Amino acid sequence: MSNSAGTPREITRRQMLRRIGLTALVAGPAASFLSACATGGGSSAASPTAAASGGATSAANPFGVKADAALEVVIFKGGLGDSYATDVHEPLYKKEFPKATVKHVATQQIAQTLQPRFASGDVPDFIANSGSDLMDNGALQSEGQLLDLTPLFDAPSIDDPSKKVRDTLIPGTVESGLIADKPYILNYVFTGYGLWYNSKLFQEKGWTAPKTFDEFKTLCDTIKKAGITPYAYAGKNASYYQYWMILITAAKAGGNQVLIDIDNLADGAWNNDAVKQSAAAWAEIGKFMDKSYEGLIHTEVQTRQNQDKIALYPSGAWLENEQKSNTPASFEYAVTPTPSLTSADKLPFEAIRAVAGEPYIIPAKGKNTAGALEYARIMLSKEGAKGFIEKSGSLTVVIGSADGLNLAPGLKSTADAQKAAGANIVTYSSFENWYKELETELRKQTNSLMFGRISAEEFCANMQKKADAVKADSSITKQNRTV
Amino acid sequence: MRHGDGGAGGRLLSAKMRTYGFIVSFLLVPLILYVVFVISPYAQAFYISLTNWRGISANPQYIGFENFGRLLDDDVFWAAVRHHGLLLLAMPLITIAIALFFSFLLNVGGGSKGGAMRGVRGSGFYRVVYFFPQVLAVAVVGVLFQAIYRPDGTGVLNGLLSTVGLGPVGWLITPDLALWSIMGVVVWQSVGFYVVLFSAGMSAIPKDVFEAAALDGAGRFRLFFGITLPLIWDTIQVGWVYLGIAAFDCFALVQVLSVDRGGPDNATTVLPLEIWRTAFTFSKFGYASAMGVALFFLTITFAALSLRVTRRERIEF
Repeated sequence: MSNSAGTPREITRRQMLRRIGLTALVAGPAASFLSACATGGGSSAASPTAAASGGATSAANPFGVKADAALEVVIFKGGLGDSYATDVHEPLYKKEFPKATVKHVATQQIAQTLQPRFASGDVPDFIANSGSDLMDNGALQSEGQLLDLTPLFDAPSIDDPSKKVRDTLIPGTVESGLIADKPYILNYVFTGYGLWYNSKLFQEKGWTAPKTFDEFKTLCDTIKKAGITPYAYAGKNASYYQYWMILITAAKAGGNQVLIDIDNLADGAWNNDAVKQSAAAWAEIGKFMDKSYEGLIHTEVQTRQNQDKIALYPSGAWLENEQKSNTPASFEYAVTPTPSLTSADKLPFEAIRAVAGEPYIIPAKGKNTAGALEYARIMLSKEGAKGFIEKSGSLTVVIGSADGLNLAPGLKSTADAQKAAGANIVTYSSFENWYKELETELRKQTNSLMFGRISAEEFCANMQKKADAVKADSSITKQNRTV
Repeated sequence: MRHGDGGAGGRLLSAKMRTYGFIVSFLLVPLILYVVFVISPYAQAFYISLTNWRGISANPQYIGFENFGRLLDDDVFWAAVRHHGLLLLAMPLITIAIALFFSFLLNVGGGSKGGAMRGVRGSGFYRVVYFFPQVLAVAVVGVLFQAIYRPDGTGVLNGLLSTVGLGPVGWLITPDLALWSIMGVVVWQSVGFYVVLFSAGMSAIPKDVFEAAALDGAGRFRLFFGITLPLIWDTIQVGWVYLGIAAFDCFALVQVLSVDRGGPDNATTVLPLEIWRTAFTFSKFGYASAMGVALFFLTITFAALSLRVTRRERIEF
């Protein structure tokens, strides 16, 4: 029209502003798409049978991985680090599928990173679901978000194709990952638990690791006189290290059934005599702790142990690796099983809690589930497992994977303890993952018990009350285990 | 269609539209952002609180007010509410009292010199120093106070105490003391901001009012309670509401500082922490949203009440 004919007009400031305003009008609704609804957006989720997009299966490629399909691996970067993935497993995968790209994501906050991705349907292919902010596997499974790992365990082993993968693993590994009777979790790390001490210090002072709680108390007295805190754990963030010890002692006294009953929320499971006696015995040991340890975090306490200010510390076999940079030459880690309560204990002193831990999961709605299964099979090969032991300083569930490796003193001590225990293994506790509310309560009550605010009876009564509440809560999916 | 203003009749209308369109389009931007990022999450939280959503599925199931019924028998929830009550009573009172004292000293406390009221010597310097903590991110403050409150002799406070022969105090591990210790951090961090706020309020008071009072023989005490306090009442009221709303938060400090996140024995837990734990640890997003809705109403009620109760006649000057 008249005003626009011919000469190009200069855009006035006002017109410019108006256009920006109009752009915002358009951008507004777009922004609302971006924010979407927290609960919506499920409709566009990837189809659950993503594996169908894969290539042909063969003996060497049992899951039919598509050679050029990208793989996204999310690793919890905690005590084990993540170099085992970047330097061992991912290169092995790349070697097998040179055309594939492997995306590596390292995080310490699994849930915060991945929960929104599960809600939106854009999930990674393989996840190390660990750390204090891990996702609830039970909740994921009940929503159909986890891939059944039966094909993995039934696939031929990379080292010996005549064997199934499940037969190359330490017994109990597959069972430890069952949810609703199907294996959804690959527990990869074989971890021994017990009381850790400096073998050089004990040798020098002439102390020996206690075999019974009576010996334990006598030893604590002796150590205290030497000006060292006999026993400590970190109440601020690691009270679960202590509740493991209470549960181990209970299981040694009353057998693994005690722990299975606790997991199954059986009536009166926490009021069992074995639990009561264990709580009472540990509360006695708690009196040797300094009150201030309730306000310290695990690394602070562990460093004090490295300085020989603390004699015995409850933990799992990752401890040595975690403290590597703080351990002086005069400190050599060694582990001893928790002491026996009485001679009537159902399990011998040598019994240790040794569980397949560090859960790895494969999302059912991932884009490359076949690749993820193959990645897991690589982890379970001898080469993958050896590389993991070297990088992370932890043992794996693959039988014989530590053979021929030059192990650090603590790791060797764990391997020895495991050998001495033989079949006397204290079982894992599933409630830690199944019923987070019960677990949170147990942390709280453990601190109360060990720092002398409640008695063993109150401890058991409070835990029983919470277990009953969880059992009565219809919104919590109940699970069951028999072994 | 770059310029749709066609005939002579449409010209007036389109000019109007242009004016209003201009204003409206600018108002719409913040409005849309507010609706999308504030109102809609609130609305969703209200809806989610009526479901049993566990954070993963796309289709949460509607369960009515079951989550709210559950809140009534939840000991931890009530412990958190009690802590908010205590924070609400004590924290604004302590913060405002300290901030008023300091800002009075900074502005009027030096007495009258050369016909004008002035602060104590070096008040410009102090004003900056008081504001330092406000500049630090709350996470930094949390980490800092971990070292200050450390329960054994290596803690800053306990180190100081030991030089005068006092035993270590379990600042954060004694159930009766822990919440007060955390409150102390909040007060330490917020005082500076309120010193600045109240200073601004005091400097707006005409100097001759003070001079007249001083000439009539009013001491500092009388000056403060008779003149300063009534004349900056509006500012104090605003500070009170800010601090009250802050008392409903405290998430970061409790999370970083307390034993076992909210302990020992629930002694320091607060609602935002429980909401976070219920959602991300227990995977009960529906129940967590119900707590969030409860927190929303607590905050709104507090703000409405405190604005009503503290209303006074405005003094014109």
